[in-house]
Amino acid sequence: MKAISRKRFMALAAALAVLLAAGAASAQTVKVAVPTFLTGGGAPTYGTASKNGVELVVRAINEGTLPAPYNSVGLAGRKIDLVVYDESGGGTKQVTELRNKVQKEGVDVVVGYVSSGSCAAIARVVEELRVLTLLTVCGTPRIFEELVKEPKYLFRIINHSTAGNVGAAHYVVKKLRNEAKNGYMGINQNYAWGQDAWRDFNLGVQTLAPELKPAKKQQFPKLFSGQYGTEISVLLRAKQKVVHSSFWGGDIEALIAQGKARGLFKRKTFVFTVGEITAHRIGKKFPPGQLARGPYGLYAEGIDTPLNKWFRSEYRKAYKQPPSSPAYHYADGIVAAKYAYDTAMKANGGKFPSTDQVIKALEHATYDILAAKVKMSLGKGHQAVTSDRWGYAEWDDAKGEIVVKDVVEFKAECVNPPEGVNAADWVKGGMKGAKCD
Amino acid sequence: MDFELLLIILVDGLVYGSYLFMVAVGLTVICGVQKLLNVTHGALYAFGAYLTATLLILYFQVDWPQFGAFAVMLFAALFLGVFFGVIIERGLLRHLYHEDEHIIVLATFAAFLVLEDVLLLIWGTDPYLAPEPLGLLGSTEIAGLPFDNYSLSMVLLSAVVAAVLWYGLNRTQFGKLLLAVIYDRELAQAMGINVNRVFLLTFMLGSFLGALGGAYQAPAISVQPGIGVEVIVLAFAVVVIGGMGSIPGALIGSVIVGVARAFAVHQEPALELFVIYMIMAAVLIVRPQGLFAPAKPRTI
Repeated sequence: MKAISRKRFMALAAALAVLLAAGAASAQTVKVAVPTFLTGGGAPTYGTASKNGVELVVRAINEGTLPAPYNSVGLAGRKIDLVVYDESGGGTKQVTELRNKVQKEGVDVVVGYVSSGSCAAIARVVEELRVLTLLTVCGTPRIFEELVKEPKYLFRIINHSTAGNVGAAHYVVKKLRNEAKNGYMGINQNYAWGQDAWRDFNLGVQTLAPELKPAKKQQFPKLFSGQYGTEISVLLRAKQKVVHSSFWGGDIEALIAQGKARGLFKRKTFVFTVGEITAHRIGKKFPPGQLARGPYGLYAEGIDTPLNKWFRSEYRKAYKQPPSSPAYHYADGIVAAKYAYDTAMKANGGKFPSTDQVIKALEHATYDILAAKVKMSLGKGHQAVTSDRWGYAEWDDAKGEIVVKDVVEFKAECVNPPEGVNAADWVKGGMKGAKCD
Repeated sequence: MDFELLLIILVDGLVYGSYLFMVAVGLTVICGVQKLLNVTHGALYAFGAYLTATLLILYFQVDWPQFGAFAVMLFAALFLGVFFGVIIERGLLRHLYHEDEHIIVLATFAAFLVLEDVLLLIWGTDPYLAPEPLGLLGSTEIAGLPFDNYSLSMVLLSAVVAAVLWYGLNRTQFGKLLLAVIYDRELAQAMGINVNRVFLLTFMLGSFLGALGGAYQAPAISVQPGIGVEVIVLAFAVVVIGGMGSIPGALIGSVIVGVARAFAVHQEPALELFVIYMIMAAVLIVRPQGLFAPAKPRTI
């Protein structure tokens, strides 16, 4: 064997040292994967805003400029290495993407997912891969009620969809009872999201005010069909004045464009459960109506926590517009990870925590997000609850943007089922245990 | 069921049917002449919608006559028809006519995917809203319900497109050349018809019609990624029902599907999703070549 020269040996040793140092440096980061819609129908309303929100907060965390109590650098002192990737393509693709991110790219934490379909597909895989995952949007209550009944690695840091629709029922009974005296009806997209939304809203109204009757037939057009002329005729012919809709994305924008041309919004009062995102986006073109959202987007305006003031101001500076709900949801996901890592580090005597310690810190926790307080009180401490807000949205000429008025806040315990109770059963059973006072 | 409801169902059905016809007619023209399923048609629709929405947003920022918006739509469709007609036909299809038809379908599918990415490159993921033309024509009350005249005008546009195509095919020299190529490509070539030129012009016409469908729909929808995929599925269903390459078939098929769907939405909304494909399945069982499939020469 040829002997290696001393000079060459020293050069190799130096190169190895540099490589090892680089490896050690990369080990000092927390790799966070963020799936969201970068292409397809969900990209315009959810993808762009969520990516903006995440990038803004991650930058601040890495620089240590986020307001207290999150004003330290990184997650438990380690900077975030962010990987944003596309959520479109369906559940099977998302499972493959998740496996690649964890097994090949060494992702430590996943923060994201918009679609209930994606969340349902990856829920069990998360537990199998043992990767800490914080779901940020997807609405279906099935995640912890059916799919993962004993969660360890999976969390959701936002209300599930039942809260929004039960909140809508409360709002209609409280504020729109007169308009609903001839009954109410629904137009929702024909898949789990739309069907569950109508079911929860309808059962909620029937529990709170059984004298208000739903129309005999409801509209469930195909997702992303974009053509609603016939459905608009049905709505216009109906005697019911109040219309519930969980439309989102391009569908709600098409319904608004086509409905406005036929005077639909002058004759009917719409209750849009996720209309805030669209109102935010299309501004003046949005017809005055009722909107829901938790403490996010338009509904976070005026909430004077330092975190919220910082987020709204920095977001406007960076993207020349106020933040919408998806920007909040995803940014809140990163904030939740920050809370969990930092809390776990304190409990670990200032040393970087293990994943199990981070999980323990987040389970059953109560912590601050940008504009509210979150309680991880359902799903064995893995499902968050927050308050739900409803109000009347309209264009404000002076401000040059959409504002919400007459906001009613429903407490988390009013619009969410108690721990251990299935959301659908809770609504069907008359929402027993709800604390609304 | 009262007469008023029947009238409303008919109007709703005709409006939806005219939308289907506008997205399917370009596909059926290309299918009839070139014997290929052109999957890029969905992308042409999307390009038509995007370009029109962009131009309309710019147009309504200046103080020009509002009805000029319709000229903007026509210009966008013409430009795209010529531009993509030449690029796709000359750049791709011309090299594949001798290949098996499955290869050509796959090639157009690949081109469709590329074009979808080009859309994203140019316009990004943000949706575009340009609803101003919807209000330009006012509304009409039919059976007690307001209908926007823009949607009703689509019925008229479809009728005009169908009439012009019928006249062009049956009463002009180019139409006769086209019919000869449809009947037998090789025989037509042997008789001295420049088939390559006919193919190019046909593809440009089909592309123009696809883009026109998107251009006219642009004010009524939120123009965003993915609209081309939705459309191509519907367009295929109409072409299958009417018969591959039959313009009257596309027209009648669109009206049948539109009215049946409107009936379902009014009377039994749960069947809305099912009705289009139920009709398609029924036609495939009873008359697999479609309701108005053109006659085929017997080959010996």
